[in-house]
Amino acid sequence: MTTSRRKFIKISALGLGGVAATTSAINVFGANSYLDDLANKKVSKEFKRTATYCEVCFWKCAAWTYTNEEGEIKKIIGNDNDPHCYGRLCPRGTGGVGMYNDEDRLKTPLIRTTVNGEETFRKASWEEALDLIASKFKGVIDTHGAESLALIKHGAPGAHLEHLFKAFGSDTIAEPAYAQCRGPRETGFAATFGSWVGSPEPTDIRDTKCLVLIGSHIGENMHNSQVQEMSDAIDNGATIITVDPRLSTAASKSKHWLAIKPATDIALMLSWMNVIIEEGLYDKDYVKKYSLGFDELKEHVQQFTPEWAYGITTIKPEEIRKTARVMAHAAPSVIIHPGRHVTWYGDDTQRARAMAILNGLLGSWGRRGGFYFKEKKSVPKFPHPKYHHPKWGWKEIGEKYPLAQMGITSEVLRAAIPNESNKYPVKALMVAGTNITKSIPDRKLLEEALDALDFVVVIDTMPMDVTGYADVVLPECTYLERYDGIRSATNREPSIAVRVPAVPPKYDSKPVWWMAKQIGERLGVGEYFNYDDFKEVIEWQLKEMGTSLEEMEKIGVKNYPRKSGPMYINENETYEFPTMSGKVEFYSQELKDLGFDPMPKYTVHPEPPQGFYRLNYGRAPMHTFSRTANNPNLNDLKDENNLWVNPKVARILDLKSGQEVWLRNQDDVTSTFSIKVRVTERVRWDSVYMYHGFGHDNVKLSRAFGKGINDTQLVSKIAVDPIMGGTGMRGNFVTILTENPHKNTEI
Amino acid sequence: MVIDTLKCVGCSDCVVACQTENDVPIGYCRDWITETVSGSYPNLELELKSERCNHCDNAPCVRCCPTGASHIVDGGIVMVTANECIGCGACIESCPYDARYQHPDGWVDKCTFCHHRLEKGQLPACVSVCPTKCMYFGDLDNPNSEVSQLLKNRKYKTLAPEAGTDPHVFYLT
Repeated sequence: MTTSRRKFIKISALGLGGVAATTSAINVFGANSYLDDLANKKVSKEFKRTATYCEVCFWKCAAWTYTNEEGEIKKIIGNDNDPHCYGRLCPRGTGGVGMYNDEDRLKTPLIRTTVNGEETFRKASWEEALDLIASKFKGVIDTHGAESLALIKHGAPGAHLEHLFKAFGSDTIAEPAYAQCRGPRETGFAATFGSWVGSPEPTDIRDTKCLVLIGSHIGENMHNSQVQEMSDAIDNGATIITVDPRLSTAASKSKHWLAIKPATDIALMLSWMNVIIEEGLYDKDYVKKYSLGFDELKEHVQQFTPEWAYGITTIKPEEIRKTARVMAHAAPSVIIHPGRHVTWYGDDTQRARAMAILNGLLGSWGRRGGFYFKEKKSVPKFPHPKYHHPKWGWKEIGEKYPLAQMGITSEVLRAAIPNESNKYPVKALMVAGTNITKSIPDRKLLEEALDALDFVVVIDTMPMDVTGYADVVLPECTYLERYDGIRSATNREPSIAVRVPAVPPKYDSKPVWWMAKQIGERLGVGEYFNYDDFKEVIEWQLKEMGTSLEEMEKIGVKNYPRKSGPMYINENETYEFPTMSGKVEFYSQELKDLGFDPMPKYTVHPEPPQGFYRLNYGRAPMHTFSRTANNPNLNDLKDENNLWVNPKVARILDLKSGQEVWLRNQDDVTSTFSIKVRVTERVRWDSVYMYHGFGHDNVKLSRAFGKGINDTQLVSKIAVDPIMGGTGMRGNFVTILTENPHKNTEI
Repeated sequence: MVIDTLKCVGCSDCVVACQTENDVPIGYCRDWITETVSGSYPNLELELKSERCNHCDNAPCVRCCPTGASHIVDGGIVMVTANECIGCGACIESCPYDARYQHPDGWVDKCTFCHHRLEKGQLPACVSVCPTKCMYFGDLDNPNSEVSQLLKNRKYKTLAPEAGTDPHVFYLT
């Protein structure tokens, strides 16, 4: 590439001009004749239903897609037998219809080109786009080796592409779900209990007596079965304790809301440990039988009294003592929830360790109402030749972080920036199912990497921000239009679910399994894709598992009995934890040997300077990441984010609800777009809050473009977790601008 | 209908489920979420709830309808017959709950408690989808029904009682 690389292309008219706009969104379902129908015929429309599992988020709830006689998708309803949703989808799953109907979808393959000096996209045939990808990939393989081809992925399409990459010899694979999301808790819990938390989390919420949420906002994150179980727990009279500087929805349902000063959670947890140990409230039998390092822990937390924590957290000592006793009273039916998006301040693995240790002291791991032992049904591998052994991959790229258990996206990007000491040069990148401009912070790094890369492919259903940086864009069909891998997830009982197309792919979009096979064949690894249709793969797998596609199409979900033993520790036996010592490790020799604190410590984190506020962000219940912002149904529920501002701050800055403002962070990064203020008591005076996933740059998103602010854009200061490479994002501070800083510049 | 505000998380699933079930055009809704915050940080109360037509016994919308399109059917559900509606909007003005909207095709639309589903023995779409199971639907005339029992055993309120409409959506508090 010769031009100044990767100028962001706002998927231009040139590429998509040929597609006629559908009728106005208002009439998307045509004239409403339902009431007339009802009045005249007293019958309802006939629907056909097709089994699927949802892809709007990662929870993967099994569902039924309802199509009418005209073959239009009308609604999606949860599968009653599915332990992920119990027949009730969340708003995003219910609104999945909009993902299919969205008229802004990517419609054809696109190739970057230059017209009159302007970089733009042109429409291309699949043949041409795939040939180009194969020839560029081949070039990288021949010059640098297959390892220099990297994949950043998310969700179901990722699995097909992972297979492709491993087939041609690359293990340079990463996903934001690790280092930008739940990585620290997996490492922290693994260092304590020997096993990952995993997804869905094996939290026995429905049977718990006490649920402790630390910055986890169940109810705003719609992790379906957990939301349902939290509701059951409320019905059962469970006590909820929420630690959050913001009155989250969960906090409002809590008996105890601890309105903590941001970035001080570890101090609170250390003082809880102090109370639990000093007052002898811990599970003595469990600790004696199963733990390692209790004496060291006791000595370590002796100094961390509630009075000490009060000065740091602003939580009153009596409140700390009271909540510690409530937890201990409920134990072992207590859950200190590990959370999900936990990359906050860079000491996140240690915070997760503190949570794990509290669970260990209260004896809740492996106990009813605490954490159950999950089980999964293994799906047999469709036969293919053995994968090659790459010379290096995600592990080597992230070798600075000894306990990273998956690829670190930000390190993969860093490996793309030319540097003489870089032993692992990444030359081309494929991005699938994740909008990395909003899922990975540090825009400077991202742009430098994208600029340096020889070739970038983006696969998505929508023209997202990242699409604009691609050399080739491939339009993926939605989950409602394709066969896909079998969903087998960990739960109380193992279950599987299938995804069957309810309708053929709209426009010229294709499933990713097909793209993977096409690229694989062009790269000479066709023997890894020994099928014409992915349906054959699932048919074979289901048969091996003692069922059939025919049966699964009728039932959607199949539940299997447990085989791994009881869900909880059998009190009469001695359970061996899968750690090195076989015990719950309060004191971690592994961390110590690697040069890290063997037990968590409180670290002081920077606070916002005068005139700045900590930027906090979180989920909207009706949106997933940034991917649903343009979905007509979900956009209708929430089309922009707001800046939550405490009334005290609003008074000082003379801000009113609904007022348009811009934000600038500590590094002088100014938000591209504006956001409307929402004055509310629900946030502290030292921070502001917004929903994540808005402020889209791509003008082709007709509903989402320019609506609200992209929080990730303002996250330029990253606190990296030295243990596993997570990118802490909660240490950015913003100042509020009431005048448009872009008045004289064109966006 | 009985809605437990202690469980509702305000996720809007009821809104989108209603839209897809009833072909409600995008940009309109038959049910919606309200959020009420009281107190000051950190002594706060937050109430989230799903609102809709209250299917009042003493329904001002039915009284003011000039054509009889708005009417109460057996069981107490307030309905609108689309082809009798002239779209004059009197009902929209009269409703203290702001539960009605003018459909782009001219007539006035609102919640029917999913009458077409009830006929088949199914619950309204909002009730059957709610991930918190905070909504209950049933026969208030039957003292043993789940809804009657909830109202017997729990504290509850109705909206705008001062309007004297005798509403049939109850909120557990």
